[in-house]
Amino acid sequence: MLTRLTIEELGARFRRGEATPSQAAAAYLERIAALDGRVKAYLTVTRDTALGQAAAADARLAAGRPLSPLDGVPVAVKDLLCTRGIRTTCGSRILETFVPPYDATVVARLRAAGAVLLGKLNMDEFAMGSSTEHSAFFPTRNPWDLGRVPGGSSGGSAAAAAGDLAAATLGSDTGGSIRQPAAFCGAVGLKPTYGRVSRYGLVAFASSLDQIGPFAKTVADAALVLGVIAGADRRDSTSVDVPVPDYRAALAGGVEGLRVGIPAEYFIEGLDPEVEAAVQTAIAVLRGLGAKTEGVSLPHTRYGLPAYYLIAPAEASSNLARYDGVKYGLRAPGGRHLVEMYGRTRAAGFGAEVKRRILLGAYALSAGYYDAYYGKAQRVRTLIRRDFQQAFERVDVLAAPTTPGVAFRLGEKTDPLQMYLNDILTIPVNLAGLPGVSVPAGFTQAGLPIGLQLIGRPYDEATVLRAAHAYQQATEWHRRKPPLDPAPR
Amino acid sequence: MDKLETVIGLEVHAQLLTRSKMFCGCSTAFGAAPNSQTCPVCQGMPGVLPVINRSAVELGIRTALALGCRINEHNRFARKHYYYPDMPKNYQISQYEEPLAEHGVLAIEVGGTPRAIGIQRVHLEEDVGKLVHEGALETAPSSTVDFNRAGVPLMEIVSKPELRSPEEAAGYLRALRTILLYLGVCDGNMEEGSLRCDANISLRPPGSQEYGVKVEIKNMNSFRNVQHALEHEVRRQGNALGAGEQVVQETRLWDPERGRTVSMRSKEYAHDYRYFPEPDLPPLRVAAAWVEAIRAGLPELPAARRQRFAATYGLSAYDADLLTQGRALADYFEAAVQAQGRPKAVANWVLNELLRELPADDDRAVAACPIPPQNLAGLLRLIDDGAISGKMAKDVFETMFRSGQDAPSIVAREGLTQVADAGELSRVVDQVLAANPKVVEDWRSGKKAALGFLVGQVMKATQGRANPGLVNRLLGEKLPTG
Repeated sequence: MLTRLTIEELGARFRRGEATPSQAAAAYLERIAALDGRVKAYLTVTRDTALGQAAAADARLAAGRPLSPLDGVPVAVKDLLCTRGIRTTCGSRILETFVPPYDATVVARLRAAGAVLLGKLNMDEFAMGSSTEHSAFFPTRNPWDLGRVPGGSSGGSAAAAAGDLAAATLGSDTGGSIRQPAAFCGAVGLKPTYGRVSRYGLVAFASSLDQIGPFAKTVADAALVLGVIAGADRRDSTSVDVPVPDYRAALAGGVEGLRVGIPAEYFIEGLDPEVEAAVQTAIAVLRGLGAKTEGVSLPHTRYGLPAYYLIAPAEASSNLARYDGVKYGLRAPGGRHLVEMYGRTRAAGFGAEVKRRILLGAYALSAGYYDAYYGKAQRVRTLIRRDFQQAFERVDVLAAPTTPGVAFRLGEKTDPLQMYLNDILTIPVNLAGLPGVSVPAGFTQAGLPIGLQLIGRPYDEATVLRAAHAYQQATEWHRRKPPLDPAPR
Repeated sequence: MDKLETVIGLEVHAQLLTRSKMFCGCSTAFGAAPNSQTCPVCQGMPGVLPVINRSAVELGIRTALALGCRINEHNRFARKHYYYPDMPKNYQISQYEEPLAEHGVLAIEVGGTPRAIGIQRVHLEEDVGKLVHEGALETAPSSTVDFNRAGVPLMEIVSKPELRSPEEAAGYLRALRTILLYLGVCDGNMEEGSLRCDANISLRPPGSQEYGVKVEIKNMNSFRNVQHALEHEVRRQGNALGAGEQVVQETRLWDPERGRTVSMRSKEYAHDYRYFPEPDLPPLRVAAAWVEAIRAGLPELPAARRQRFAATYGLSAYDADLLTQGRALADYFEAAVQAQGRPKAVANWVLNELLRELPADDDRAVAACPIPPQNLAGLLRLIDDGAISGKMAKDVFETMFRSGQDAPSIVAREGLTQVADAGELSRVVDQVLAANPKVVEDWRSGKKAALGFLVGQVMKATQGRANPGLVNRLLGEKLPTG
């Protein structure tokens, strides 16, 4: 089955002439048609685009001229990445009809590498949420248990990668939105360093935190995708011109002598004992492979969540101001004057979670409160960043759980604050702008995936990926497949 | 009641002369078809990001240096939020707490008194688009937006509240505009909106250190408007305070037709702009070496040039001032002097004749002058050589201005050469004397005014081409002595 293969395996078959990109695309499209009605990872399936791109890849591969290791590989992207001529909804009614006239830089880089675009993936509206229940269209389901959430906000991207509904996918991570759903769905999810991947064409949630990254079946595949999308972009002034190493090559070498820090503050009260046990076992595996582990302290961790819930909504309230019904997307009818038109459009176009955060953010930025809230949160951010700097003077990488618990049931968490706690172990990494990966590290008794989070120094994705790859080489968790196969017809 | 002291501060917005917009590569050319000069970035579409225009920063630094400001090595952009359909993102990228430059000074002279007005800050921002209403705003069935201007680089220059009269405010604005023209950073066209001015004005008892309640006035698109609007506001606020009323803090618009300011929005509706640092742009670091390179390229500024004109060319302060109103005019003057050599003569012609046709401070008009400086010099040389008279030269000047041709060709074509041949003129003088025996008799009997009539007759006979000096000499020789 072509859809079970990793990018590396699929590419090898292409090069040996044992399969063609068109066959791969057809296999994935067929699997999506058969299964996505249950998983609901896709908002838009771009069948014609995919078949056209696959046919072009067939010709290149037949001629022995692949553009990259991704040439002909079927991928899909979160629906907040702009795709020229393909609607980009951001999971929101307000952008339901928006068709961008341009590609996000990462999409352009995927195209240039010959990747085949299967479609656009579901997400929490404007990337606000941890369960993909806040999509304006429908919730996505966890491939391991369709009654549970896939995590969020990149729930569609995680479910598609874990459920073999794409060879790899792209998501975005503002406070954990790649790592948390990767952990919930049993996929590999990598959030690169802030600035490593261009944000141009990523519909912004919180500009200073958002970062695009890959979901894949293996760490090696994630490294391949990162190699294609990483690198400075003159259209994104916050992207940084740091040389992009050959991530695939950087995987070799193992963890012998690698110093792995275990942050005490990440093993919190309320951590699911099954998660804690699995992560401790994973750390023991790294130690067994020759890594040196030691305890470190990140004392300001507990301020991460409140700081994040001031900074992210503040930036969101600003970024979402442009959706006013004037220029594109939804315009609610019946307004008698401008302010009423704005009000009706935004009332109809935004969901409850988005409205909640806009209100929170506007308040945090308003005159008289700026210093007490936004300003103070930024100072906390500096302290958190400093915690990590100090830890990385002693260790090369940090190991911790990705989430305090495993995938919860759809509709189970109704209190927003309960929901926000999901990201408590991922948020500090965004505040500090660091790279982090979540890799499958076991299952609960009930059969739900558990994620191990590895965090690295700025721009040192290579070390994070190397450690994750070494772990994956020594374990089998990533090979397990969710019980999704279609009922026999 | 004592006369109240007026306190005015000006905020001047200057559109920078860059080829592309502040945060994208779109053209800034004026007058193109609606929305033809836009891209996803300046339309504020989802996902797009701004990139700072280096050239706009350079023009900002150039201006700040000319105003003696301190350039902030570390400065950054912020977002200023308010909802309006002409603003694509519903926030404007501007500078707030960390502007490009601060603490400058602008020297002005009003009514012969020199004053130094403090400059609080110089910062950069992007312009907004333009709403086009079908008919009047209140009743328009539809309105459309043209984003061509959205994202055009603006520089805001904020004075300290150190102006003490409407005349000073107008003088400050003139002086500032002249500097911007000299620097080539803005075309200074107030009617087209390239230069816009808002004023803050309040009154207070003389000697008071506290400021009164201030009113902001917008929508003034000429020097006259600025002065008149402020004069009106001084009276309005003075009357209110004199009657024991409070001045309301508000924004008012100048209505030039009715000659008064009208309330636009009061403090209750004052905006909370929710400023915060623009996360899509890293802080802008201005290296000292860059600043020094820009400083080295600064042109001679109006004040220095005025002094040099007076000292080097022996011009009066008044003439030097007029000639340095615009950089193009000053350049014109110097080019003509270089070609002809007599600064005072050139100054007279520029000030008396050229400025009848062209505004001194409109660089574009002066640069497009149909008489290039070399041609003005050529005209003056014809006078110096005695080929034409000063009076004839004025007619030739008119023709030059209309046709764009040079003086020698016009003079040759119209046969305007001065008659300076003594033999030919001598015959004309004889004819005139013979034809006017009565006048000759008057002259002999002591009516010296009769001479003028005879000169006039000679001029008439030669269609004004006779050399006046020669005519006088010949008449003196030929008239019978008493």
